[in-house]
Amino acid sequence: MQITVTVNDQPYTREVEPRLLLVHFLRDELGLTGTHWGCDTSNCGACVVQIDAVPVKSCTMLAVMADGHHVTTVEGLEKNGELDPVQKGFTECHGLQCGFCTPGMMLTARWLLDNNPDPDESEIREAISGQLCRCTGYENIVRSVRWAAEHTCTPEVSA
Amino acid sequence: MQVPARFEYEKATSVPHALALLERYGPDARVVAGGHSLIPMMKLRLAQPEALIDINDLRELAHLRVEGGELAVGALVRHAELLASPLVAEHFAILIDAERVIADPVVRNRGTVGGSLCQADPSEDLAAAFAALKADAVVTGPGGSRTVPLRGFHQGPYETVVEPGELLAELRVPVRHGAGSAYEKVERRVGDWPVAAAGALILIEDGLITEAGIGLTAVSAPGFTAPEAEDYLIGREPVDAVFAEAGRRAAAVCNPHADQRGPADYKRHLAGELTRRALRKAARRAAED
Ligand SMILES: Cc1cc2nc3c(=O)[nH]c(=O)nc-3n(C[C@H](O)[C@H](O)[C@H](O)COP(=O)(O)OP(=O)(O)OC[C@H]3O[C@@H](n4cnc5c(N)ncnc54)[C@H](O)[C@@H]3O)c2cc1C
Ligand code: FES
Ligand code: FES
Repeated sequence: MQITVTVNDQPYTREVEPRLLLVHFLRDELGLTGTHWGCDTSNCGACVVQIDAVPVKSCTMLAVMADGHHVTTVEGLEKNGELDPVQKGFTECHGLQCGFCTPGMMLTARWLLDNNPDPDESEIREAISGQLCRCTGYENIVRSVRWAAEHTCTPEVSA
Repeated sequence: MQVPARFEYEKATSVPHALALLERYGPDARVVAGGHSLIPMMKLRLAQPEALIDINDLRELAHLRVEGGELAVGALVRHAELLASPLVAEHFAILIDAERVIADPVVRNRGTVGGSLCQADPSEDLAAAFAALKADAVVTGPGGSRTVPLRGFHQGPYETVVEPGELLAELRVPVRHGAGSAYEKVERRVGDWPVAAAGALILIEDGLITEAGIGLTAVSAPGFTAPEAEDYLIGREPVDAVFAEAGRRAAAVCNPHADQRGPADYKRHLAGELTRRALRKAARRAAED
């Protein structure tokens, strides 16, 4: 069936089988391989993307269910050539080693900060508790998200 | 790579449309809500529906409000919405306790209350929480709606009274002023299904318990509840010895099975102990009101 999904602000219309999972639509149909695919069982969170600004596990959603919705993947975090503060935080604080979990972690972190601009450590750990990292031991991920919170300039009202 | 078998897909635009689609596709059609139980089962080919009717656009099933002395929770309310609701926090601490420990925040963004109850997993947390609250389920079909006590909603593992062609529309829970409630769960790690869990509702008037509700999950308690332990509590003082005895009686109706989450004896022990703890916390909260 034909679907139109807006991914990182760009609409894509494709003919897909209803059984195609969103993660494979993004990776194989659109070539957006920043979204990773790990456990396939909704446990690891490597496949997390945002649907209408809310993180979901894209291995457990059909592409047809995203028809008419807005999807943000890691490729869409950067705006006007500027990395998102979350991306800068991961760079500054060594928030990744192999990078497999990183796109999902960053999309959940973005959502957390959108709703809670100054989260404490336990709130960050709770937000990412459905996502596994086998490298960092989470310490540096928490630091990276804190860095982003501290380095997000609130838009100033210009005179 | 896990891929579901082929199926037809339809997006319902209203409840009557969903019911018409269910009728058109017949008994091999399934409703999909959050998809966080059904899609994994389809990927493993444990479920092979011929058609999926997507109800995610049915905003009329996504309400959360108090009306006529009852909390009405639409079937399409997501776990995250129930957890964030000030209305729920004010009246039903048990639901907040339970939602905090169901899966993880990302799964909770997608999974729904109705999907959880219709999945009828024998370890479902919300089945125990709503059983403790003595909720009613409203089921809608071609012939109109019917109301079923939640304690009679589940017919066994993965089976409910919802017939092919019907939908779960909402849950209704009486608001009992002055009542306290709580949920206690033991899991192997954060976000896991329960090894065992218990929920409790308690109303205390003039120093005596006048109403009690107990919900149990993952321990094969018939109807996810323990009526004999509830009866025992009525007219007694809300003290620990009474809660401990109620816990013993609750554990006695359980028939847990050993699995990777633990041996049967341990689960039975937990059923009793968690019932006691939930009652104690519910009583403390009732007193605070
Ligand atoms: C990683 C992970 C961890 C989890 N951990 C827990 C946990 O700790 N505790 C717990 O209790 N649950 C847990 N769950 C399950 C989860 O909370 C939900 O129960 C699950 O998402 C089902 O809700 P859904 O909306 O996704 O249902 P779906 O998968 O869409 O549907 C499930 C079933 O219900 C039917 N259905 C859905 N809505 C309706 C309706 N309105 N009327 C009729 N039939 C309907 C479907 O046809 C299907 O048969 C976990 C899930 C995952 C993926
Ligand atoms: S691949 Fe989706 S949660 Fe692991
Ligand atoms: S950086 Fe390797 S899994 Fe997280």
